[in-house]
Amino acid sequence: MNDQTLTPEERAANLKGMGSSRKRVEDVRFTQGKGNYVDDIKLDGMLFGAFVRSPYAHARVVNVNKDAALAVPGVVAVLTAEDLSPLGLHWMPTLAGDKQMVLADGKVLFQGQEVAYVVAEDRYIAADAAELVEVDYEELPVLTDPFEALKSDVVLREDLEGQTEGAHGPRKHHNHIFTWEQGDKDATEAILAEADVVAEEMIYYHRTHPCPLETCGCVASMDKVTGKLTLHGTFQAPHAIRTVVSLISGIAEHNIRVISPDIGGGFGNKVGAYAGYVCSVVASIVTGRPVKWVENRMENLMSTAFARDYWMQGKIAATKDGKITGLWCHTTADHGGFDACADPTKFPAGFMNICTGSYDIPTAYLAVDGVYTNKAPGGVAYRCSFRVTEAAYFIERMIEVLAIKLNMDAAELRRINFIKADQFPYQSALGWEYDSGDYHTAWDKALKAVDYEGLRAEQAQQIEDFKAGKTRKLLGIGLTHFTEIVGAGPVKNCDILGLGMFDSCEIRIHPTGSAIARLGTISQGQGHATTFAQIIASEIGLPADDITLEEGDTDTAPYGLGTYGSRSTPVAGAATAMAARKIRAKAQMIAAYLLEVHDDDVEWDVDRFAVKGAPERFKTMKEIAFAAYNQAIPGLEPGLEAVSYYDPPNMTYPFGAYICVMEIDVDTGEWDVRKFYALDDCGTRINPMIIEGQVHGGVTEALAIAMGQEIAYDEMGNVKTATLMDFFIPTAWETPNYTTDHTVTPSPHHPIGAKGVGESPNVGGVPAFSNAVHDAFRPFGLVQSHMPHDHWRIWRIANGLGMHG
Amino acid sequence: MSKMHVKLTVNGKQVEGLAEPRTLLIHFLREDLKITGPHIGCETSHCGACTVDIDGKSVKSCTTFVAQVNGADVTTVEGLTNDDGSLGVLQEMFREHHGLQCGFCTPGMITRAHRLLQENPNPSEEDIRFGMAGNLCRCTGYQNIVKAISASADMLNAQNQPSSREAVGQTKVEAAE
Amino acid sequence: MIPAGFEYHRPGDIASAIGILQQHGDEARVIAGGHSLIPMMKLRMAEMGHLVDLQAIDELKGIEVGADTVSLGAMVTQHELITHDGLASAIPLIREAALQIADPQVRYMGTVGGNVANGDPGNDMPGLMQCLNATFDLSGPDGNRSVAARDFYEAAYFTARDDEEILTRISIPVPGAGVGQAYEKQKRKIGDYATAAAAVMVGNGQASVAMTNLADTPIWSDAASAALAAGNVDACVAAMLDAIDPVEDNRGPVEFKKHVAAVMLRRAIARAQSRAS
Repeated sequence: MNDQTLTPEERAANLKGMGSSRKRVEDVRFTQGKGNYVDDIKLDGMLFGAFVRSPYAHARVVNVNKDAALAVPGVVAVLTAEDLSPLGLHWMPTLAGDKQMVLADGKVLFQGQEVAYVVAEDRYIAADAAELVEVDYEELPVLTDPFEALKSDVVLREDLEGQTEGAHGPRKHHNHIFTWEQGDKDATEAILAEADVVAEEMIYYHRTHPCPLETCGCVASMDKVTGKLTLHGTFQAPHAIRTVVSLISGIAEHNIRVISPDIGGGFGNKVGAYAGYVCSVVASIVTGRPVKWVENRMENLMSTAFARDYWMQGKIAATKDGKITGLWCHTTADHGGFDACADPTKFPAGFMNICTGSYDIPTAYLAVDGVYTNKAPGGVAYRCSFRVTEAAYFIERMIEVLAIKLNMDAAELRRINFIKADQFPYQSALGWEYDSGDYHTAWDKALKAVDYEGLRAEQAQQIEDFKAGKTRKLLGIGLTHFTEIVGAGPVKNCDILGLGMFDSCEIRIHPTGSAIARLGTISQGQGHATTFAQIIASEIGLPADDITLEEGDTDTAPYGLGTYGSRSTPVAGAATAMAARKIRAKAQMIAAYLLEVHDDDVEWDVDRFAVKGAPERFKTMKEIAFAAYNQAIPGLEPGLEAVSYYDPPNMTYPFGAYICVMEIDVDTGEWDVRKFYALDDCGTRINPMIIEGQVHGGVTEALAIAMGQEIAYDEMGNVKTATLMDFFIPTAWETPNYTTDHTVTPSPHHPIGAKGVGESPNVGGVPAFSNAVHDAFRPFGLVQSHMPHDHWRIWRIANGLGMHG
Repeated sequence: MSKMHVKLTVNGKQVEGLAEPRTLLIHFLREDLKITGPHIGCETSHCGACTVDIDGKSVKSCTTFVAQVNGADVTTVEGLTNDDGSLGVLQEMFREHHGLQCGFCTPGMITRAHRLLQENPNPSEEDIRFGMAGNLCRCTGYQNIVKAISASADMLNAQNQPSSREAVGQTKVEAAE
Repeated sequence: MIPAGFEYHRPGDIASAIGILQQHGDEARVIAGGHSLIPMMKLRMAEMGHLVDLQAIDELKGIEVGADTVSLGAMVTQHELITHDGLASAIPLIREAALQIADPQVRYMGTVGGNVANGDPGNDMPGLMQCLNATFDLSGPDGNRSVAARDFYEAAYFTARDDEEILTRISIPVPGAGVGQAYEKQKRKIGDYATAAAAVMVGNGQASVAMTNLADTPIWSDAASAALAAGNVDACVAAMLDAIDPVEDNRGPVEFKKHVAAVMLRRAIARAQSRAS
């Protein structure tokens, strides 16, 4: 590395810094089965907790008899709300300013709600005993429809009766949570009244679930001697969990150590605080032994963290030439029994106000009403940034609906309404400042790559063939151009439970020129240990292979708000670059001292500081590192380390153009994705291999959501999709190959210009698949049909259009 | 319930223990033997994270009682690492082609792929997708998993032809690029 | 998801197995591959005091392909059905259907006996065996008897098998040369049960038609088979639609299932006819 014969390019390549498709350092462990996930943790004397859950969606809990369960050998405790209430822990605050029962306090509000917590020597005994807890229920009327709930006399949240003010303003009804309004209502309605054309449609984004392959779990361990609580768990935000645990348990924060070990996928499921965590902590305090709780898959799908469930009524106004003049949206948001949405405090509907999308829409209005129903709480950002997926789906459907109304090509309609490259930074009608973008370039590249004109010709031919009885299959071309808003966020307007949404990185350079960096985020498969080392490598010129990354241990890592909402790279990635720059600044002074020149007389050259005009006189970072620890340098402290807490000045706005070509069998509703093209612009690209992997995975999750994945309830509030038989996750067989592509429009305010990518493919993928289904039937009169587009629902479209003779 | 004496071979080693008959193999491996490579994902035999190899068959160990495999020969992902501690071909190719992200499905994927390649050393993409359909992944979208398995097949085939040692190295170099 | 406890038995012959069943009555159940039963046990929808594992009984194993008859041991797995060359040439329909069951791992463990005996209307093999006019051999305390597949199914999870009987072998007449066979199955994804599936044999003036997961038992229709034998596809489909009685579930409403049933049946017929000579 020191070798002067290497060119700067070769030295840069040796660093495996930004832009390199560096292989992942995590994989050596994972491929050998040597990951360390929460259920792999075994502590001496560890007990196991299991829940007794409600079979009813709405019922009074008349009595809980634990005698039979307590009589089972090996059962240590059975906790109910009665046991938790003296500690004030039978309810807990939610992330959305509401509160939620930890264990049923007099009634249950959704099927699968936690009623009692059995603690036993092992998971078999716990399961046996949970069966023996006798609970008397008195069934109550069930509300599963949010529109009905807002009219019903049935009071779901009796604890809130009479409260006309909620966490986010006035409540209009006893089952109403909040109304959130953005934009200019009067101006928008005036535009709608005078517009050449107004398209109106209800767009429903159904309830689904992130369903990471690893469920949620924790191991709580209270050391009665030291008074220290150690909580291992599947936490996407370990530091915030520590603060929350401290606030609700009363244990001083310095006596709590939260550790997120390896996490088997999160996708938003592991952001919230769940009853299992609280009960395990209490059980550990009570028993003085470590307590493990790991939910099973049915519990996971029924009780922790649903996503979406937005009914979005839209109106879009345009001139007869297709220039959009206004957008109106009223959303009815089904939040379930408790408002446990994981959104920044000031955004009860997340960033739904990005719903003007990629388009220059001068006037817009959005209102969201949150509603209680007898469904599980959650409302998490399932691989998206706080309701961005709902927003993107809404606008990308509305564009298609408008295209039908105008009898225009939907690709052209998008093109004439895109925000232009020279309009950035762009102020949206609903209050955001888009940082950068070049939508026309991306769009044209995408259309050309798939031969859009050719596809339309092929589709026209297939329609002719269909009408002539030569085929029973239709071709759909699903278009999407999405704009995300990620990287929450500026502390001035983004916090969770009062914690500003900054993030952090601490870097220590060791004397021999290797390093350790710790971040406030936590990887759940994104490969942080690989990519963040690449940022540091490029910034300070030490090889990425010599940099260890650590996250997830609150005793060692700097405070941060965690990994979700595509915020790791935009926020913690920025902190990483800034911390590295602090180190480089100090290194510059050390180098100047060693080279006996003024600080300003050395310049940075990939992995070294060299004397300006004399490149043969240099000190490598490795040499500088050693000097930092072995030389007394006047005016400088020894050592070489830095920490950065980064509060981003703005969010970042990744965008992309996705095109799906799908063949649909009108007789069976079966579909086949013939082609999927995904162009992403996430600004500066740190590791192209990992970006591509993120896109593959995110589009596959989008495929699942659009084509069948849902949390469905019957009218009694029973969950109909609680196992992976019925909750659709495609296998390798149903999943197509994807073509990925990119443009690069760096973020002007991010230190390295990166924007985040993990969630783009889900945000863009869902409308692409859904629009493909709609597009296939557009020539036959379809305007809107709700997801998921599983076989029978596609068949129903065809049937409704008279295609079955 | 009384415990029974179970004896099986796991990753080439004889192991014995006492277990209730209802003990699921996955729990016996993970809790009693501390072999934590196989994971629990769905618990109803749909996800394959718990896949192990039993007497030459890919089996979902969360849907198997340890009593049923008493006397059997079990291989987990831990047993697919080379004797010298280096990554086996499938492990290496999953890393090389970014065939994993969170890593939770990976042990099951690799163990299943191992059996697939034993039975079909030259699988087409369709063979791989069909043969891996008992294993769910939430992160990768499968595209790179398919690539990794296909590359493994090529490498294993090259290794099995002693005359073409150079070709093995060549494959490795190309894959690395 | 943790199953309740039980005593485990692994008898070495049929007589011992029956003895255990007799001894424990309702409390005992046999297990073959276990991939239907164990999930039910883990959900605590099935509990029993005694589990009788049939894996060590050699009499229940093996595929015998004769000139007129194929005999399948109850413990033959789907994987063995798929990989047995002789079987694939004698009755290709079996392999074609077995490939559509569950997923690779489940097929290594899942047995033909378990699939036909547990009476789950979602299973593929019962309809297939009715189409092929197979016979199930049962052994019990009172000796051996045979029941035609077409007479075996009474309701969901209820069959002609007594609690103390074990299904030992399946005998299938080898269809004559020139008989075309096909299995068509629509499902939501690999690993799913059928939304609708059709097994069809046609040729030499004869036909047999059965369908899966469209009633609480598999449906073999004499009328549909006769109509197809007479070359009347429309009448065959109409007769089958008369015979099935699907219920709404997550796969879709009744009207959809009936529609798909007809589509699967027509496709199976067309493919079987194309294979007939």
